[in-house]
Amino acid sequence: MAVLAPVLAPVLAPVLAVVLAALGAALLFAALGRDPLACLHTLFIAPLADRNGWSELALKATPLLLCAIGIAVGVRANVWNIGAEGQFTMGAIAGGATALVLGPAGGWYVLPLVLLAGIAGGAAWGGVAALLRTRFNAHEILVTLMLSYVAIQVLGWLVRGPMQDPEGFNFPQSRLFDPSALLPALFEGGRVTVAAVFAVLTVPLGALLLGRTVMGYRLRVVGLAPGAARYAGFSERGAVWFCLLLSGGLAGLAGICEVAGPIGQLMPSISPGYGFAGIIVAFLGRLQPVGIVFASLLMALLYLGGESLQITQQLPLAATGVIQGMLLLFLLAADVLTLYRPRWVRRRAHG
Amino acid sequence: MDEVMIAALLVATLRAAAPLVLAGLGELVCERAGVLNLGVEGMMLVGAVVGFAATITTGSVWLGLVAAMLAGAAMAGVFAVLTLGLAANQVASGLALTIFGVGFSALFGAPYQGHPIPGLASVVFPDLSRAAPLVQQVLLIDPLVWLALAAPFVVARFLDRSRPGLILRAVGESHEVAHALGYKVLRIRTLATLFGGAMAGLGGAYLSLAYTPMWTENMVSGRGWIALALVVFSTWKPVMLALGAFLFGFVTIAGFQAEAWGIPLAPNLLATLPYLATILVLVLISRDTLRLKLNAPAALGKPFHPAG
Amino acid sequence: MASSARLAPPRLALRGIGKRFGVTVANDGIDLTVAAGEIHALLGENGAGKSTLVKIIYGVQQPDEGEILWDGVPVTMGDPNAARALGIGMVFQHFSLFETLTVAENIALGLASREPIAALSGRIAATAARYGLAVDPGRPVHHLSVGERQRVEILRCLLQEPKLLIMDEPTSVLTPQEVEGLFAMLRRLAAEGCSVLYISHKLAEIQALCDDATVLRAGRVVAQCNPRTTSPSHMAEMMIGRALAAAPPRVQSAPGAAVLVAEGLSLPAEDPFGTALRAVSFMLRGGEILGIAGVAGNGQKALLAALTGERPAPRAEDVTLAGVPVGRKGAAARRRAGLAAVPEERLGRSAVAELSLTENALLTGTEGDFAAHGFVRFPLLRRFARGVIDTFKVVAAGEAATAGSLSGGNMQKFIIGREMGHAPKVLIAAHPTWGVDVGAAQAIHQALRDMAAGGVGVLIISEDLDEILSLCDRIAVLHGGVLSPAQAVGTVTIDEIGLLMGGMAHAA
Repeated sequence: MAVLAPVLAPVLAPVLAVVLAALGAALLFAALGRDPLACLHTLFIAPLADRNGWSELALKATPLLLCAIGIAVGVRANVWNIGAEGQFTMGAIAGGATALVLGPAGGWYVLPLVLLAGIAGGAAWGGVAALLRTRFNAHEILVTLMLSYVAIQVLGWLVRGPMQDPEGFNFPQSRLFDPSALLPALFEGGRVTVAAVFAVLTVPLGALLLGRTVMGYRLRVVGLAPGAARYAGFSERGAVWFCLLLSGGLAGLAGICEVAGPIGQLMPSISPGYGFAGIIVAFLGRLQPVGIVFASLLMALLYLGGESLQITQQLPLAATGVIQGMLLLFLLAADVLTLYRPRWVRRRAHG
Repeated sequence: MDEVMIAALLVATLRAAAPLVLAGLGELVCERAGVLNLGVEGMMLVGAVVGFAATITTGSVWLGLVAAMLAGAAMAGVFAVLTLGLAANQVASGLALTIFGVGFSALFGAPYQGHPIPGLASVVFPDLSRAAPLVQQVLLIDPLVWLALAAPFVVARFLDRSRPGLILRAVGESHEVAHALGYKVLRIRTLATLFGGAMAGLGGAYLSLAYTPMWTENMVSGRGWIALALVVFSTWKPVMLALGAFLFGFVTIAGFQAEAWGIPLAPNLLATLPYLATILVLVLISRDTLRLKLNAPAALGKPFHPAG
Repeated sequence: MASSARLAPPRLALRGIGKRFGVTVANDGIDLTVAAGEIHALLGENGAGKSTLVKIIYGVQQPDEGEILWDGVPVTMGDPNAARALGIGMVFQHFSLFETLTVAENIALGLASREPIAALSGRIAATAARYGLAVDPGRPVHHLSVGERQRVEILRCLLQEPKLLIMDEPTSVLTPQEVEGLFAMLRRLAAEGCSVLYISHKLAEIQALCDDATVLRAGRVVAQCNPRTTSPSHMAEMMIGRALAAAPPRVQSAPGAAVLVAEGLSLPAEDPFGTALRAVSFMLRGGEILGIAGVAGNGQKALLAALTGERPAPRAEDVTLAGVPVGRKGAAARRRAGLAAVPEERLGRSAVAELSLTENALLTGTEGDFAAHGFVRFPLLRRFARGVIDTFKVVAAGEAATAGSLSGGNMQKFIIGREMGHAPKVLIAAHPTWGVDVGAAQAIHQALRDMAAGGVGVLIISEDLDEILSLCDRIAVLHGGVLSPAQAVGTVTIDEIGLLMGGMAHAA
């Protein structure tokens, strides 16, 4: 046990949390008058029955993975970006505007510029929070969250105003992007785009950053012991800027990849809460890039299963939200039960 | 602008501020005990939907309010078990509570969506006909607004003048010292957290039972977070919190009035005003780090292990 | 023994008290008797089990075995309230005071009565006057000096009219003159019939004050003696378990060039509880050890931050390092220029508890040594960490062990070794032996002497006067953010230093 504990402990809590959340979900289904087993089957197994299901899984895991990696790097440095939803939206707006302007001209350069604009839009929205935190000490939790509400309203305004499709029968949406501004599909017949490749690439890059680089080391020290970071001369401001720009940029990339991918235009609602779910994914993945891959797949499965539940069992989509919330609550509890104990014993031994 | 319009504006401001005052006071007390509960938004949503459902089921708004307080407190109880019982990270737990609350309220509230109810009646005064129109208007506010006007002073008096209030502040200042002196840190913090949850539930129920009055998904729309920002803005002082909330109420109402006053602004942009105002207020108050440091409960957000 | 001859039962008697934490035995079969009106010393080095024992007496912790007799009657102390109800008062080494609350509020929180603050303030003033403990009941605690804070703690106990007062290392934060005042107060209290349990490892104090002494070592009672008739060296031997080897006389190297100079260094307080620095000037030469003494809270934190660059000074020429003005430079830049620092707190400050020793070695490692193109060169770093562990005999489960798993002394040895490994020109250490056992303290002092012998300028900032006097060549005193001129250690008396520490620089 003593040898196995360090290997098992990090995996134990998430697995326990998933099992508990599944049990909670079963109770919830029963309370709503459905057959729990059938519902669990619809939620976790049915979506993966065919090739298309796996493609959809990758499609939904992509933005979750992108958002969660950035959030996780931030939390490791004690920088809490909980406004990935807003940066996602701003990325979609900035990239979408670029697509609408440059798209008609065509050309190979359109898509790269669209993606860069998306990253820049998200990073800029994160940068506002970084500026307010470093210049004025305004806490990034509240600021990033408030900025999310603002971004969503701004998108709502744009698609009803300046960016509205003049031939769209007054629907609140933009023109469809030109093909030159759209991400190519990863394989024929599926909706998943090359964005999935970007997302997968962030995993080794994130792991390298946190585990091997001086920058990652500094971020970890800032997060674990701010006093030690000051002693060592590691800049806390630098960490705040780095984390918010990085996680904002990644969320922005996720946003533009959604609108320049499966959606293909701007509209008032472009995310079923990927930015917020990214927080759960980051924690479920233990703030480790590799863990986050598994967590984002699981969360994507929840989204898929939630949609199936809505169709086959007439359950509100909100059931997914409840299960997500339970997952995070159980994770935090399980975390403490599996990790806190050994630390507690150690503390006492030296007390 | 005549007297009646001013009165109407004043009443509208008070009504818009009331949920912020109620939820904010709860969080303020909780934070003064050293607990940072970022789940206010979730607790308000659950309070709103449970209060609404209970009102429809029982036919009594008052039972609805009680149910909302119990629901908010139950949510806070989950938070207390996690952060106080298991010493989990308070920031992450608060976020989890909000995420859960958003999902739960949407699911639980789906059947009640768009269902109209009479809402909370105002306090009946015997005869208002001879009073000035302004007074008539103002006295028509509902009991929870009266509560929101009185509660800040009650809470301030409790914190500053009573012995339980002193003990609560002491626990928020340093749990080690309070523990060393023999105070039950976790019990006091749990009570403060439950109070915060009940008040958030009440604030949420005000929205669904008096302000709107109806249930729509996600109807709290960030007010829980604004309440959290107001606690910082107030530098943890109840009366300041109420003043901040009235300011916010005014900004919200002024936004609605903008069009009537001939300032055209798209509805979506109008809706950003409270959030932008929150950021502005946070920036203005937080830049004075010295003042924050002097007033913030020193043990805010720090976990406490009684064994250590 | 004096107490057994009396007819009345002793005020406090412990029989076979035992307490363990996991595998660690903190207390093992401890017997202790304190008579009414007696000042009883509890003697032992860090980790001997003194703290655990007094926590048991005060009800903070529960014993696993044994019994406690109060006036001859067995009692259980479930919590401190129960202990206080019996008449036990305790003044902790780390004060149990709330910074932002007033003196009266702080005292009210320590009393069971619901007396209004106004009435209580009157009682506080009366008791304060009676025992010569001047404090203003209406002031917030963060405005008070350390000595005043201790008075608040003592007043809180006295207002409960205690029958037993426990004092945990009370003099480590006081000036020598304040110590005299404290002793007078304790003697008066004892004469009135209150027992005092006095915890310390300072032998001279115990000799001056106490009637009886119980010596603890490794959780057990190893001796009981009359401190007035037992020699300090014998008490030290009982405490440590062996004779202490005297430190070898220092080879005084010829003082070198000035390596660290502060010139009119002023810095505002960082927070409302801090002290500002006012025109601090000193010169540290290579090869010498300069000590900065002073009571806690007189600007030590600000001075350390200003010298290390954690808080840059207003002007570049405020701080000169090896001839280069570095006042505006941050901590990393000063470290590259040859400065090393060892702050008082270890975990969370000079080390990160959750990280391995290897990773902790990188904390102050300059990038040229341990990184290339932004990537950490872990093999080099591991070798360095292993070297420090071997050279300084750090007891650890290898370089992969987390910093949090080491004892305080071993962690401090690792940190000092790490800083020496960077071959600095100047080493600043704040109370380097704080919370460290005697063996490690000796090793740390020796390492510092060796560094000075090697030509490094060593600056010690410490509240422990004994440490400074035994280690340093010259001494300066920090009071209220003002630094006195440095004097050779041999040429000043304890009284003079005490007056400087009390801020009466020109009264002497």
